Amino acid sequence: MTRLRAMLSTTAVRLSALYLGLFALCAVALVFYVTAISEGMQRDRTQSAIASELRIVAGAYRRLGVAGLVRVIERRSRQPGANLYAIAMPTGELIAGNIAALQPGVLDQEGWTTLPFRYQRNGDTAEDDHRALAQVVFLPNGMRLMVGRDIGERDQVRGLVRQALMIALAIMFAGALAIWFFVGRRALKRIDHMSEASKKILAGDHAQRLPVNGSGDEFDRLSLSLNAMLGRIERLNEGLRQVSDNIAHDLKTPLTRLRNRAEAALAGDGGGNAHREALEQMIADSDQLIRTFNALLMISRVESGSSTAQMSDVDLSGLAADATELYEPLAEEQGIRLTANIEPGITIRGNRELLAQALSNLIDNAIKYAEGGTPPEIAVTLTRARGEVRLAVTDNGPGVPEDRREDVVKRFVRLDESRSKPGTGLGLSLVQAVTALHGGQLQLHDASPQAKDHPGLAVIMVLPGET
Amino acid sequence: MKILIIEDDLETAAYLSKAFREAGITVDHASDGDSGYYLASENSYDALVVDRMLPKRDGLSIIAELRGKGDDTPALILSALGQVDDRVTGLRAGGDDYLTKPYAFSELLARIEILGRRKGGRDQETTYRVGDLELDRLSHEVRRAGTPIPLQPREYRLLEYLMKNAGQVVTRTMLLEHVWDYHFDPQTNVIDVHISRLRSKIEKDFGEPLLRTVRGAGYMMKAGG
Repeated sequence: MTRLRAMLSTTAVRLSALYLGLFALCAVALVFYVTAISEGMQRDRTQSAIASELRIVAGAYRRLGVAGLVRVIERRSRQPGANLYAIAMPTGELIAGNIAALQPGVLDQEGWTTLPFRYQRNGDTAEDDHRALAQVVFLPNGMRLMVGRDIGERDQVRGLVRQALMIALAIMFAGALAIWFFVGRRALKRIDHMSEASKKILAGDHAQRLPVNGSGDEFDRLSLSLNAMLGRIERLNEGLRQVSDNIAHDLKTPLTRLRNRAEAALAGDGGGNAHREALEQMIADSDQLIRTFNALLMISRVESGSSTAQMSDVDLSGLAADATELYEPLAEEQGIRLTANIEPGITIRGNRELLAQALSNLIDNAIKYAEGGTPPEIAVTLTRARGEVRLAVTDNGPGVPEDRREDVVKRFVRLDESRSKPGTGLGLSLVQAVTALHGGQLQLHDASPQAKDHPGLAVIMVLPGET
Repeated sequence: MKILIIEDDLETAAYLSKAFREAGITVDHASDGDSGYYLASENSYDALVVDRMLPKRDGLSIIAELRGKGDDTPALILSALGQVDDRVTGLRAGGDDYLTKPYAFSELLARIEILGRRKGGRDQETTYRVGDLELDRLSHEVRRAGTPIPLQPREYRLLEYLMKNAGQVVTRTMLLEHVWDYHFDPQTNVIDVHISRLRSKIEKDFGEPLLRTVRGAGYMMKAGG
């Protein structure tokens, strides 16, 4: 019972009920219109037939008088399929024709009968009851002449049409009920499957997806977009989980170190200077921790896409030139040649600060790992081709082995296991997130594959740009 | 200089008040939004330090309402929300500077010193002078003891900012923000190298050093003359 109620309350059923109602209304209106038209046509035809009969009969009367009229009427009355004829005395007594009885009053008024009237033909039994239209003429001697035509055929046609209408309506209702039943049940069944799947997801089976049967109908489309949403949520969740894992693993160590330092300073009696040094070191340690936290939060925020609100037109050429200029003295101080090869006038839609930070991270990394090249060189390159903008930072250092390239963009992954270089291990992850936020792709290549011992690394942000 | 701190965490407020007083700044403190707004509108301060999230009333609305009344006391927003969008909303509400928690006190102090003295404003001056160093803001020419010193555009802007705030500590983050328009912390300290390049140009062949490194804080140009 509840199932039936659920089925009746589906939108599909409500819509088809509405359509059925409208359609039935139209059908009925159409039938009435058609019968009205055809009746009008039939009446016109009847009237013109009667009028021409009258003309003939009237001609006979003019030529031959009452006797001739009676003769003509009698003759025509006997023809098969004859019209209705009657000649009556002024008193209403019928003296010739093929009418046995008439609805009273028909002959009292000259001209067309306004409404169909009843009559009985000669030879009819009392039960036979016919209806007709007629024209009545008063003859100069006071006698009445009536010529008419039976309209039983018209009533029959009307009855047939009404019957057909009833049958059609009945079939429509039956069909609609059947369609409701099957479509509604099918819809309910699919919805049941969907809610079952979502219950499983709620229960913690995050790999579960809503069923898609490949028909491409609205349920499929709904399932597909919900599945896409679930996928995204799962990825974000995964990111979040990774962050908390990372915090557990990678932040515990520096926190422990910080704590040990405080403990050692407290236990030792090195005096004011040693304490001061320990405190300074602790501040430096906490700054590093804060930096790591900030970077983690920023990556999550960029990955969740909430920074897209701040998109504007960014002069990427200017940005790349600025970043190169910012790092150039530092590079020079470390004996690294930092060069820029920037195509002017490249603008993309993006977030200036995130792009600037990503590029600084790349240059920063390159400076840190550029050793090995002779002399070490770093190039910042910005080019545009086929609707793509490529922002690359290339070095001639030791490079990254091909099998580790996917790892280095992961959070906290650093190739130098000893972690002797300063850094959070988050630089490339942020670059990756920023690139993805801009709808681009991060590529890592050997900068010069032929140099086996120090192939160098080319990190390229391939961003969609104006053509 | 007299400032108002609107901060609901009493421990932080006590620490800040003490540290500011040691730096010679008079401090009033309000611990919620309503009393903060009341104090700020009743008294005259050189600068406001406003925590973004406060009981009763949020920090941004205090600043927005003060600005609405035509009160343009410089305000620095302290916030745990440090992302790009947060800073933009903060500055849009009428804040003059934005600092993300946690921060070094030296950073806060340097920013407040500059905000608090801004009222006088050196923006109108066309020439900055420190000792025998002279910077012409119209022709972008720099001279020391009459000798022209050619500078790169960025070096010029760096020197201009340092001279504009002569006698005050300027942190590395402030330099990044004002000279490079970078609102994040690069992993490596890139500023120091720029400073030493600038130093070699303005100090190397001349006697007295003008640009001092302030340990644990930043740099300071000798007070102007």
